[in-house]
Amino acid sequence: MTSSLRLRAGLVSIVLLAGFLGIWHLATRSTGTVATMSPEYAKLMGLTATQGKSAMPGPLDVGAKLWEHLRRPFYDNGANDKGLGIQLGYSIARVGTGYLLAVLVAIPLGFLIGMSPLLSKALDPFIQVLKPISPLAWMPLALYTIKDSSISAIFVIFICSIWPMLLNTVFGVASVRKEWINVARTLEVGTLRRAFTVILPAAAPTILTGMRISIGIAWLVIVAAEMLVGGTGIGYFVWNEWNNLSITNVIIAILLIGIVGMLLDQILARFTRMVTFPE
Amino acid sequence: MSTFDNPFDPDRNLRGGCECGRHRSAAEHEQASPALRCDPVESEEKRYEGVVASAVMRAMFPQDAARRAFLKSVGASTALAALSQFFPLKTATEVFAATGTPEKKDLKVGFIPITCATPIIMAAPLGFYSKHGLNVEVVKTAGWAVIRDKTINKEYDAAHMLAPMPLAISLGLGANAIPFAVPAIENINGQGIVLATKHKDKRDPKDWKGMKFAIPFDYSMHNYLLRYYLAEHGLDPDTDVQLRSVPPPEMVANLRADNIDGFLAPDNICQRAIYDGVGFMHLLSKEIWDGHPCCSFAASREFITTAPNSFAALTRAIVDATAYASKAENRKQIAEAIAPANYINAPVTVLEQVLTGTYADGLGGVKTDAKRVDFDPFPWQSFAVWMLTQMKRWGQIKGDVDYKAVAEQVYLATDTRKLMTEMGLSPPTDAYKSFAVMGKTFDPGKPEDYLASFKIRKAS
Repeated sequence: MTSSLRLRAGLVSIVLLAGFLGIWHLATRSTGTVATMSPEYAKLMGLTATQGKSAMPGPLDVGAKLWEHLRRPFYDNGANDKGLGIQLGYSIARVGTGYLLAVLVAIPLGFLIGMSPLLSKALDPFIQVLKPISPLAWMPLALYTIKDSSISAIFVIFICSIWPMLLNTVFGVASVRKEWINVARTLEVGTLRRAFTVILPAAAPTILTGMRISIGIAWLVIVAAEMLVGGTGIGYFVWNEWNNLSITNVIIAILLIGIVGMLLDQILARFTRMVTFPE
Repeated sequence: MSTFDNPFDPDRNLRGGCECGRHRSAAEHEQASPALRCDPVESEEKRYEGVVASAVMRAMFPQDAARRAFLKSVGASTALAALSQFFPLKTATEVFAATGTPEKKDLKVGFIPITCATPIIMAAPLGFYSKHGLNVEVVKTAGWAVIRDKTINKEYDAAHMLAPMPLAISLGLGANAIPFAVPAIENINGQGIVLATKHKDKRDPKDWKGMKFAIPFDYSMHNYLLRYYLAEHGLDPDTDVQLRSVPPPEMVANLRADNIDGFLAPDNICQRAIYDGVGFMHLLSKEIWDGHPCCSFAASREFITTAPNSFAALTRAIVDATAYASKAENRKQIAEAIAPANYINAPVTVLEQVLTGTYADGLGGVKTDAKRVDFDPFPWQSFAVWMLTQMKRWGQIKGDVDYKAVAEQVYLATDTRKLMTEMGLSPPTDAYKSFAVMGKTFDPGKPEDYLASFKIRKAS
């Protein structure tokens, strides 16, 4: 039963994809010569103007370009032109650094706040205000104060990915079932031991859910941050190709950003499953 | 031909007959004045040789008439042989050409991917930086605010900036006041007003009321030129139209999406809009002010004082590249050198149309204007004074401003002149030249009167 369901779902997915690609292809076909123009004029113009080629590339253009990128993902033509593999590597490294810093701060801090109802109430308004701030809003401030663009990018990832983790840790720690804590207290377990053997395992699934939300946000942020500071990374790649109005490359980058984001999410999902327990 | 090309020419007056010193008479200078003043000699060594030899000749014959008579009677080659017998011309040339070793060899220079940055960019692939003993990495940057911040933060040693930006930064407009300096202008002309194709019958600016225009940055020549142009046609740029600051690459997309009606933008963006069939060239910026500066090469005062030799070498490389770019026959090669993804990242045809000046106008015609964009490094201080008058005119500067002091502090005409002379080029002797913007003459000596003569301006 389940296997047949999976099979049918897979079939529907493929049909949807084929349908999407088909419509895309039809919608972006060129319309033939648009206007009569002298050949010397036409030579100076782009295909959009001369042959009515759609400004939007079709799936075949994107496929061909993607193949070109995949064949040599690690080329390096100087500071401003590197292969997609290198760009993704830079982005992942930045996300990794900012995210790990956020984990190091958010989890211990969340733990402390969660264990004290007073602190959690007192800090709540600050967290709620800081949480919804867009990464782009932080960027000028970071650039201005930190005075280094690559550290600024990492800082922005840090500051944007810390809040879901912090909130979830606080919530997870605060909502550990009272019976378990009371049992620990009855058995005269010390505070430290209680934190690590009772509260941590009980709150782990919630904490990891927070971490999973955060990695998604960190990956969202990196593209925006790199588009601003430039230099390296997949966000810079998008900006550079946008500069050249090369929508084909932008679509490829979108596809890759989606795939990498999904992989990062799946890794965290696996960790979450490892610590989940039936009640 | 450079002033110092042949000091052994009996018909040549070493003292110079005109203000730039390159022509035999003032009349001849007038005739040639739109042409560039920095055509390079075939080789660096030759140029230095010329400088040294002419200095020696001048010392030997304080009377120009005597030198000419001497050369006429013995011939140039004999004179040269005689001279080198008792004066080691070769050694002197070598000593002269050797400049201080750069304090810092590995430099980072930021640029915005537009053709205005041509000298900065091409100096890397065509080897002008390495020729002057530097290892420069040119870094593409996302926007004017970012390039400003990165240069202030010292991530870049020097950068490509819009010509008014160093003035604005030094004055503390839109940022903390940090003293910046401009040793060289990147390009003159090379911008344009592009309108969406649907406006092809609205060529009279008087019909533009209510339209939306994009400019690259508030502190840009584009902003001032567009405002000037609109105001001359009776439109108040603050109330009659909408001006938006939009990063150049987004201009074409916005024009296609009908979010804006047109823009005054740097080139390759203008030509790109035409290439993609979304707009047409209404007017080249050259038609507003022929010879206007656009972008500049800028560095902080701090960099100049801490690494003077690096800065001098960098300026020499830029001046050299600018001289190379000013020659029409080199433009095709340059277009190919700066088109790849590592530099401007644009189709070669587009860059070629911009640089060679033979371009599609977007209305079905092919036009030719060899001076569509041009390159002349000399940082005229009168340019700076004009920009300051416009900053004040549109309310960016409030209160009084000491035009001359600011211009002289930021636009390094004296230093660049010295450097260009050492390189054997012929910089102008004056730092203030008068020019006309849409037929109205600007006198750099009377900025306040000039400002007062405009009817349309922001009430202050």
